[in-house]
Amino acid sequence: MENFEFINAIVLLANFVIVPALSYGSQLALATLSLTIIYGVLRFSNFAQADWMSFGTMATILFTWLFQSIGITAGVLPTALLALPFAIIVTALFCLLIDRSVYSFYRKQKSQPIVLMIVSVGVMFILQAVVRFIIGPNDRKFFDGEKYIVHALDFKNYFGLEEGLTIKSTQLITVIVALIAMISLFYFLQKTKLGKSMRAYSNNEDLALLSGINPEKIVIVTWVISSILITTAGVLYGLDKSFKPFTYFNLLLPMFAAAIVGGIGSPIGAVIGGYVIAFSEITLTYAYKKFFVYLLPENLEPSGLMQVLSTDYKFAISFIILVIVLIVRPTGIVRGKII
Amino acid sequence: MSEDLRAPVAFTVMAVLLAIVGFTQSWSVSLSVINLCIISSIMAIGVNLQWGYGGLFNAGVMGFTALGGLTAVLVSHDPIYEAWDKAGIGIVISTIIFVLSITALLFVFRNIENKQIRNTLIILIIVFSLIGINNFYGPSIDIIESINPAKTGFLGGLGLPIIFSWLIAAVVAGLVAWVIGKITLRLRSDYLAIATLGISEIVIAVVKHEDWLSRGVKNVSGLDRPVPYEIELQQSEWFLNLVERINFSKLEAMQSLSSRQDLLNDLVIDSSGIFVKLCYAGLFFSVLLLIFYLSQLALNSPWGRMLRAIRDNEEAASAMGKNIFAQHLQIFIIGSAIIGIAGAMLTTLDGQFTPGSYRPLRFTFIIWLMVIIGGSGNNLGSIFGGFFIWFIWIEAEPLSIGFMNMLAGGLEYDNPLRMHLLGSAAHLRLFIMGLLLLLALRFMPRGVIPEKIQKK
Repeated sequence: MENFEFINAIVLLANFVIVPALSYGSQLALATLSLTIIYGVLRFSNFAQADWMSFGTMATILFTWLFQSIGITAGVLPTALLALPFAIIVTALFCLLIDRSVYSFYRKQKSQPIVLMIVSVGVMFILQAVVRFIIGPNDRKFFDGEKYIVHALDFKNYFGLEEGLTIKSTQLITVIVALIAMISLFYFLQKTKLGKSMRAYSNNEDLALLSGINPEKIVIVTWVISSILITTAGVLYGLDKSFKPFTYFNLLLPMFAAAIVGGIGSPIGAVIGGYVIAFSEITLTYAYKKFFVYLLPENLEPSGLMQVLSTDYKFAISFIILVIVLIVRPTGIVRGKII
Repeated sequence: MSEDLRAPVAFTVMAVLLAIVGFTQSWSVSLSVINLCIISSIMAIGVNLQWGYGGLFNAGVMGFTALGGLTAVLVSHDPIYEAWDKAGIGIVISTIIFVLSITALLFVFRNIENKQIRNTLIILIIVFSLIGINNFYGPSIDIIESINPAKTGFLGGLGLPIIFSWLIAAVVAGLVAWVIGKITLRLRSDYLAIATLGISEIVIAVVKHEDWLSRGVKNVSGLDRPVPYEIELQQSEWFLNLVERINFSKLEAMQSLSSRQDLLNDLVIDSSGIFVKLCYAGLFFSVLLLIFYLSQLALNSPWGRMLRAIRDNEEAASAMGKNIFAQHLQIFIIGSAIIGIAGAMLTTLDGQFTPGSYRPLRFTFIIWLMVIIGGSGNNLGSIFGGFFIWFIWIEAEPLSIGFMNMLAGGLEYDNPLRMHLLGSAAHLRLFIMGLLLLLALRFMPRGVIPEKIQKK
């Protein structure tokens, strides 16, 4: 066993830090992307975005229940993945309804971004009420299908290690779906005509209008893309953990932190920011005692938990990173390019 | 309606609404609502100073409220001498290390030019202070939290009268605001919103989880009161005489001596509750008047005019030689200090500090509604907003249950849809709040009592 100490330490870290952070980071990156798209094109910080996430996830859960009740499942995969496209359609339609009835008025008036931000607080209230009204404020799990890809026990037995590695199927699904979503988004923004006109509109509205870009079309596309991203992020997060409206609302801060850390308005920055926030949250709250027990000789073993911050302070971490970035590099990691 | 008439009409409507509650429910309920309305108005004035005068979006109202509440506990609770004796020194040492390392960090950051040396020093300082704090802090909090955990398990406070905490809360909240303002006010306006949102979550995390400081989610109850207790009143001679004199005609109408005595007893119990609430209302109202008076003075002073000039056109004000950052910092600190006062008052009124009850919707965004619907930039508007929105927030629940009952009228008693509708009635108040905000922004963007545009 002596020689495996190093491998054990690595597996331990992979199990408790790297794999969870990778999947949480992917979820956060998708959510932040949707925040960034809204910010880049419609030019306001959308405080309701976390509640759009609850709304989209709620719609998915309702469709999942519907499918399950008529006996449709996705086999080893969670049924929620089948329900996702339908939920996205519902969410996008509702987004557009809210945009027509609420936001478009202020857009025509060319209101200040901060007014739109306050308007989004009103939308936030309405969405919270709708979600709680329909599905209630409680915790809900909607995962079905195969739970594990790699189970800790099997892993231990197979490799003869002391530490096991667990990979939940939701974690793998998260990473794959997030990758697909990100690649298609960047392809859309860079290569298609519509994506290019969106970037043009975001970069210089007047110039874009002069070149004959239809602003209404851009706005609709923006809301649809935002709904796709935010619903997917919410469903992946809910499959991985569980769905609770208040927990989702609390994701607003990490989302904003990720957007600013990455460079607000920049999609690549949003992805980087999402992973930075996720990795810091998990690496800074993990207790490294066992890790060092494996690595160090016995007389040097640490006595404490070797934890930088207790898990109660997850919020503090996004905030601290936010503050550091604001002081050191206010433009964010990727300098504030618009979309 | 002419804008000058709006304020009297709005406040008359408010008084009528509160009187209706008094007559239909009870005066005790009405007074409880009024007390919270007054506290909300003070918070709204604080936010109005920041937003209405300064144009700063503070999304961390909840944090400053909780800081005020924490101050109330730390000022008024009796010190736990046993905890101080056994572990106070550890806490003191870790605080000193913390302060020293922050100072060292600032020093290094400001004075050392070479990037490599600076970064190494920063990392070294952080690592050493973490090690130092961990050595003293962890063991001490274990000791403190193990001392009589069911009742205390924390360091206690200073044992001063709770009313002092109102003033100290202003200082504490102001200091925290100074730190946040220094970091974020130079940046764009939405960064301030997000940074304050973050700091408020951190404050809540601290009061929830640092049991040695605030008992965390175990709550601190039984805080002392600036007003008499009901039971004392019921036993004091002058109060009995007062109740007897006020209700003289009612008592005279009683036939027998025993029924007269029974009625008197009931009246004494009822009125002792009302008397206590009146005392609170009087205290709170004087604070509200004082803060309102001072803010009006400030608003109409050259300083207030400068602030509005900055709000309306930063570039022009800056060209006139005004230091925008310094003015923003001032108004941010003052506004946060007022919110801190309101937070301490709230904890005083409750008689307990419950960190679990601080939610951003209730303590940040509702206050924003008050300011915007009341009329941003007008302190009278904020006071009206505080009263009106708090009233709606409280009365929305019975109203929505009534509404749901109406909706579900035709359904069987145990129909699942009916059960769901009634069970979710409480969430309708969020909907009402959102709708009010959106309607106000759309059709009355300057609020019920708008800011007066002064023309010369």
